[in-house]
Amino acid sequence: MRYNQRSIPSIDKIMLQGINLACVRGDRELFRDVNFSLEAGGLMQVRGPNGSGKTSLLRMLCGLSNPAAGEIRWNGASIRALDGEYYGAMTYIGHLSGTKDDLTVIENLRISSALAGFDIGIDQAKEALGYIGLQGREGLPVKVLSQGQRRRVALARLLVCKTSLWILDEPLVALDVAAVKLIQELLEQHLREGGMVVMTTHQEIDITAISTTQLHLA
Amino acid sequence: MFMWIIKRDLLLAVRRQADVLTTLFFFIIVVSLFPLSVGPEMNMLRTMAPGVVWVAALLASMLSLGRMFSNDYLDGTLEQMLLSPQSLSLLVLGKASAHWLVTGVPLVLMAPVLGIQYDLSGEALLVLTAALLLGTPVLSLIGAIGAALTLGLRGGGVLVSLLVLPLYIPVLIFGAGAVEANMSGMEFDAHLSLIGAFLLVSGVFAPWAAASALRVSLE
Amino acid sequence: MAINWFKYSSPASFYSLAGKMIPIFVFAAVALLGAGLYVGFFVAPTDFQQGEAYRIIFIHVPAAWMSMFLYVVMAFWAGIGLAFNTRLSSMFATAIAPTGAMFTFIALWTGALWGKPMWGTWWVWDARLTSELILFFLYIGFMSLQAAIDDPRRADKAGAIIALVGVVNVPIIYFSVQWWNTLHQGASVSVNQAPAMASTMLTGMLIMVFASWMYSIAVILKRTRVIILERESHTAWVAELHKNGAIR
Repeated sequence: MRYNQRSIPSIDKIMLQGINLACVRGDRELFRDVNFSLEAGGLMQVRGPNGSGKTSLLRMLCGLSNPAAGEIRWNGASIRALDGEYYGAMTYIGHLSGTKDDLTVIENLRISSALAGFDIGIDQAKEALGYIGLQGREGLPVKVLSQGQRRRVALARLLVCKTSLWILDEPLVALDVAAVKLIQELLEQHLREGGMVVMTTHQEIDITAISTTQLHLA
Repeated sequence: MFMWIIKRDLLLAVRRQADVLTTLFFFIIVVSLFPLSVGPEMNMLRTMAPGVVWVAALLASMLSLGRMFSNDYLDGTLEQMLLSPQSLSLLVLGKASAHWLVTGVPLVLMAPVLGIQYDLSGEALLVLTAALLLGTPVLSLIGAIGAALTLGLRGGGVLVSLLVLPLYIPVLIFGAGAVEANMSGMEFDAHLSLIGAFLLVSGVFAPWAAASALRVSLE
Repeated sequence: MAINWFKYSSPASFYSLAGKMIPIFVFAAVALLGAGLYVGFFVAPTDFQQGEAYRIIFIHVPAAWMSMFLYVVMAFWAGIGLAFNTRLSSMFATAIAPTGAMFTFIALWTGALWGKPMWGTWWVWDARLTSELILFFLYIGFMSLQAAIDDPRRADKAGAIIALVGVVNVPIIYFSVQWWNTLHQGASVSVNQAPAMASTMLTGMLIMVFASWMYSIAVILKRTRVIILERESHTAWVAELHKNGAIR
């Protein structure tokens, strides 16, 4: 099954770079001298035991927190300087689902994508929700959904926001086998089209990509 | 984008009407407690009325500040807003406006009714309503800074009062002052113009300060 | 030729520099305080209107001045820390706050002591006293916010934002309180016109102002040193100090 709704704006040499990144939490240094570069079609899997700073690294990459040392570059420019331009090219899905309990599934998707800069119509939202397996549940408030279904609502954003960089923190948590397969296909399609993915996961998942980087945090 | 935020927060308020009503009833109860504590002497109540209504409005607006960002913070939607390509200041302005529509406007509408309890003249009621209409958005705007700074802190609710109440003082002085001026037969235009000026200044600077505070609090 | 100022902006070198400077300021503060109090209480003549009670101004006025100066200085350093991400300036701001709050408290307290013989009451809603009270609230807000935040970097930045918002608001608040006070003239006695001052009174007061400055600098440096030790406790140079027995 292919999802044809989206196509990524022309990608030439889009690149995400981390240079000598360090992270300090309280008195403790979580990691230092982390270097990587990710090009179009590249997948980076961040690995490491609990508390090694995987989430901290991902929050740095999306600009929510500042590295204690080093710099993150998007197409050669620091993401600090780019600000809105970078946010328009990136989608982050973290531990928190980013959905409002009191809003319905479709309201959640439409509002969160509008905030991300993609104003979508009801039809487009329905189509995306159908693809992600929430058909017939569009009108339900999110508070009645299961954990896995909430996760799907959050992941539906990936379908409608045409961004090239996806930063995903444990996207597979609480998902059933069918949904994991769906996400795997979605990621592979994104990578084939020249997108980039940075992700953490504790589950084994096999994603084919032009280039796959493993980043190990001790 | 600005409209999306307002629409979203209003929709949430409609789904959670109890929250809105709690703030309004708090306001009504506080104003009604004063005659019980100082006695029903009408002359005294009349002189007290502007101050009492304004202090109650200040407290009611402040108590509802916790809702401005903390629910969004807990469910991760605030995180997503920070990652929006749109200007965060504009987004904060939207949230403060929604806060005012949900908590400020009901207070403004209720104030004349409470003023009648205090035997205010028709004109004084009008001035009180106008002053509240101009002043309550300032409370929401300044309050946004305090709410953003205390996000996720223990004892955030009490802390926010320490931070924002001193900053509310100018609005309180001129808001209550306008009604007092009217009651003693003086001009009140200058008072209202000054509150209007506070509104403009806080409309420009408060969203910006609150946006930086949000970035600090979420780091 | 230029002195490398950035060298002293690192906490480690500032720590030792401040250690050498503190005794100088302590000495200056004690000497000036002695001189100021002597001039104020023994040399300056008795005021023909206010009698001996006026002598409280030798403490009240310097305290009130310091309370306002220090708030601005605190906001300045906090703002520098926020803008340039310099840790030391944020530590200064944190170190200044308690001293500023203390001077505000002294100004309020001595104001009340002065008010009793002058106006026959401990407290009047005079524009200056009221502004001073609000300033006290602003200091308390800054300190409580910093105390509530565990992460020192967040505490620095959040404190800076509230200090800057406060410093923008101080003139507005002061102006509002002035207006409010003139509207309610009957309620208070204005003390705006200062009594004609003998030159020895002025000298005494100025010496006391300098003494307060010296005291503030000494205490703020000392407090900054403590904050540095607290924040840098995991670093090698603090461990070195421990080993050498420089700190217990």
